[in-house]
Amino acid sequence: MSGKVQYTLYHPKWYRRHVSVWWWLENRSYTTFILRELTSVSVAFFAFLSLWYLRALAQGSESYARFLQWLRTPLFLTLDSVAFLFILLHAVTWFNLAPKAVALRLQGKRVPDGIIAGLNYLAWLMLSVGVTWILLRG
Amino acid sequence: MPATVALAVARYRPEVESEPISQMYEVPFRKDWVVLDALNYIKDRLDGSLSFRWSCRMGVCGSCGMMVDGFPKLTCSTFLSDHLPGPIRVEPLRYFPVVRDLVVDITDFMQKLKQVHPWITRKEEKPIAAGEYLQTPDQLDRYKPLSMCINCMLCYAACPIYGLESSFVGPAAIALAQRYNLDSRDEAAEQRHEILSARGGIWECTFVGECSKVCPKNVDPAGAIQQYKLTATAHWFKSVLVPWGSR
Repeated sequence: MSGKVQYTLYHPKWYRRHVSVWWWLENRSYTTFILRELTSVSVAFFAFLSLWYLRALAQGSESYARFLQWLRTPLFLTLDSVAFLFILLHAVTWFNLAPKAVALRLQGKRVPDGIIAGLNYLAWLMLSVGVTWILLRG
Repeated sequence: MPATVALAVARYRPEVESEPISQMYEVPFRKDWVVLDALNYIKDRLDGSLSFRWSCRMGVCGSCGMMVDGFPKLTCSTFLSDHLPGPIRVEPLRYFPVVRDLVVDITDFMQKLKQVHPWITRKEEKPIAAGEYLQTPDQLDRYKPLSMCINCMLCYAACPIYGLESSFVGPAAIALAQRYNLDSRDEAAEQRHEILSARGGIWECTFVGECSKVCPKNVDPAGAIQQYKLTATAHWFKSVLVPWGSR
């Protein structure tokens, strides 16, 4: 409610429900939304990891070997797997929502949602193939 | 098919209860009955003190929005048969202050709606003798889906952001602002931009998306808000890169 509340004879006492901190457990859509928002933590985790990777590389072969050793620990493997699943959720939900935000019109007609989402998935696939090729070529 | 169905209806009589309670009513089950029919049966035959809003009974007026089994619905188009075996929980629209029983106060929404100038504004009106403002079918197409909004406020009851942040202008008001922004006859987009890009405007929306799912008229307020975010971002870049350009 915004603005000044006026109480009159006919509604002397309005009832205002308190929003629980657990509102996001009330239905599945809300829970999915919160999970989607939490994926930002995984994105930050991978960004931080990439920076750490570069730092280890810059500090020489010994430091780099230590870093690789750490990557193989069960703690990291668990963290990495969970973060990867969240990143997938991040990507899929982002691409599925993209058509809502992008309302392209061609020859007076709105481009169908499937085309917008499909182009996003196609770009994702092509970039992934490109990166995989660069990593595996030697 | 059951002979009767139970409704657990939220009652709030400020002179009796300090907070809402649930009251059970047993109504005849008919497969062509909607929740509003059951409420009218209660009002007419069982308990004349029950208060609720309704008008057209055909999903046009937007008066009979309530929470049915926890989801915002127009009770005139929610069949009892889709909520068997019951009891069917009927409560006032979430996030609005309750005046009495199933009646909520809508002042906040009405004020916010007015803020976004949901009407056609011209910089300079032409005289009536000069004729009407013409529009092509393509121009009509751009805003027509948004113009279907009936102000039923189901989208507000579905939006947790509105529940948590009361300054949020909200889904329907932003969708209607966008409806006029996209209308080729309107020239007040700049005025609306001041409201929509300020605190309480589009940036409060975190795209939960429930507003569009519950809309009985397929208006898609969530889409309208995200599209306006792109417009507002472009507007901001333009104001930074070309500050001398006309606003």
